[in-house]
Amino acid sequence: MKNLFLGCLVVTVMGLAFWGYTENYATKGSLDKIAQLNEEIGLAHSRLRVLNAEWAYLNRPERLLQLVNANFDNLRLLQLTSDHFARLEQIPYPGPDLGPITEPIEVMNRETSP
Amino acid sequence: MIRKPLRPLARIFSARSAGENPDLIEHGNRRERIAMQHERILRKTQRRLIMMGGIFLISFGVIGVRMTALAISEPSEPKARATATQILASRADIIDRNNRVLATNIETHSLYAHPQQVVDSVTTARQLAEIFPDIDAVKMEARLKGAQKFLWLKGAISPEEKQAVHDIGNPGLLFGPREMRLYPNGQLAGHILGGTTFGEQGVHSAEVLGIAGVESAFDDFLRDPKLNGRPLQLSIDLSVQSALEEILYGGMRLMNAKGASAVLMQANTGEILAMSSLPDFDPNNRPRALTQGDASDSPLFNRAVQGVYELGSAFKPFTVAQAMELGLIEADTMVDTKGPLKWGRHFIRDYKNYGPELSVEKILVKSSNIGTARISLMIGSELQKAFLGRLGLLKATSIELIEGPTGKPQYPENWSDISTMTISYGHGISTSPVHLAAAYAAMINGGTLVKPTLLKQTAPPIGERIISQKVSMRLRSILRHVVTEGTASFGEVPGYSVAGKTGTADKPNNQGGYHKDKVLATFASFFPSADPKYVLIVTLDEPEDRAGSEPRRTAGWTAVPVAAEVIRRVAPLLGLAPEIETSRQNGLTLAND
Repeated sequence: MKNLFLGCLVVTVMGLAFWGYTENYATKGSLDKIAQLNEEIGLAHSRLRVLNAEWAYLNRPERLLQLVNANFDNLRLLQLTSDHFARLEQIPYPGPDLGPITEPIEVMNRETSP
Repeated sequence: MIRKPLRPLARIFSARSAGENPDLIEHGNRRERIAMQHERILRKTQRRLIMMGGIFLISFGVIGVRMTALAISEPSEPKARATATQILASRADIIDRNNRVLATNIETHSLYAHPQQVVDSVTTARQLAEIFPDIDAVKMEARLKGAQKFLWLKGAISPEEKQAVHDIGNPGLLFGPREMRLYPNGQLAGHILGGTTFGEQGVHSAEVLGIAGVESAFDDFLRDPKLNGRPLQLSIDLSVQSALEEILYGGMRLMNAKGASAVLMQANTGEILAMSSLPDFDPNNRPRALTQGDASDSPLFNRAVQGVYELGSAFKPFTVAQAMELGLIEADTMVDTKGPLKWGRHFIRDYKNYGPELSVEKILVKSSNIGTARISLMIGSELQKAFLGRLGLLKATSIELIEGPTGKPQYPENWSDISTMTISYGHGISTSPVHLAAAYAAMINGGTLVKPTLLKQTAPPIGERIISQKVSMRLRSILRHVVTEGTASFGEVPGYSVAGKTGTADKPNNQGGYHKDKVLATFASFFPSADPKYVLIVTLDEPEDRAGSEPRRTAGWTAVPVAAEVIRRVAPLLGLAPEIETSRQNGLTLAND
């Protein structure tokens, strides 16, 4: 009886040791993965910041004004004036949705980015 | 183990036959057995002691090895803990009230050299000078040949420049990462943003420090790692700022002014939606401060905040409002305007003779100095000084710019009766346009004080009451008449019911007198007049409208048309719908009309 108990104890200890061993490596693996993800998040953040800065630069009021002037024949955009306000009933009901965007444009090539 | 019997039969029998006592054999055997037992116990105990010793040795050994390992190894961040919050080391962005970026960072590179590793310094210096026009090839060659082990060549270079330097292929030229401040809108709101410079520099990073404007005033906030890169949101509206700067620049050129400034403020909150001072500069490439001459001639000088000027007749509404608040006058009270008004050895004159007396309303509409001076005498020096002090016109504004405290109003130490009279029409006291904007906002928003601020507010602050609702309403109506029938008739913008007061002040000269042909023209306006939402102050420095036969310098001809154009452009951008004129209801006309 005593031997059976001892045997069970030994088997339990070995089982726990095996579990501990696998958990240890699983945790280390997870930590490495988190570190890698964090690095990717950092890179994505810096890429996002560059894109935001570029977006802000491309949309600066001065450039938009130049574009409006250069494309006046096609777009006929005018400065917002007090005549452009209308009553609610004067505004036409919005048309159907434009539908999903099927051809997204890659604004930043991820492969070539550092 | 085979147990030895205590009374072995063979020996017992032989002992009995020999007549010996067999019990002796048993005794001998028992003794032997006890001795063996003792020896076994002793060995077991010894074994246990050795084992214990071993366990202790191993335990202490493990602890010792671990302690040694901890002591001699490099410390590292615990991986699991660091993932919870990631610290952003970079400076926070600055955004406008609609979350559009005003200032952000980009990653660039710095260029440095290890001269002892530079191969062929003559060619290298020449190639560097080709890439960077501001590098002198001869001087660079001397530096590269010098005894120094480390040289900074460039603080921040563009990716193209980096590639060009890389293509030189010299092992002594090295790059370090650098975070650089970028203002994507260029000159826009340059005075508000200020600019940055590099502080402590290392190879791997450099400190970015604010040197002017909000960058400097909020330096600690922007660099605080605890805030995890939370952007600083200003009250500025980018599109309104852009429209304001464009029109102000056009107006300044058209009116031949040497400088101009404008402040657009929300009347209830004191939030500054747009503020401009011309000439201006690009914070990406901040010019050097002037080392000689007048600092106010530098584009770095913020006329709207740092510039304190005698703003002239734009001060008259304060005198009238105070007298009405004290119950001394009403809008239709008649005041003596016979001129010139002589006080001691001083004379106060009007622009032209307005007759023997005018109503209070007409005094503002026609801008009579004599009438205003007489009203100020009814108020008295002490009350006037206290009132202007409560309006915040006697101390620097609390605006969140590092330049804010330098815009300190100037006024006479001895506030005599003549000072009271001149100050009543805006002479003898110098304030900044931001002071004027905040004071006007307090006058016309229903009578509560506002603090000028550059930060977006979530709720209107409850300020101290300066004048009553009733007086504020009457003042609005009088100032509306200034535009409809008075000195600011060019200020009418259809649909927006502009109201305000002009101010044309002669500029003081260095001899203690005033220039005859140099003025500062101001138009302090607000709109819509019935329920004012915005206050706009436009000042032009030395304007001259040369369209007519002789140059016209008064604010009504110079600052007012510019302000009207600003309101015409900016009001729709602010989402302010024009007031519908009752005569053109539904846009229909009668068939027999």
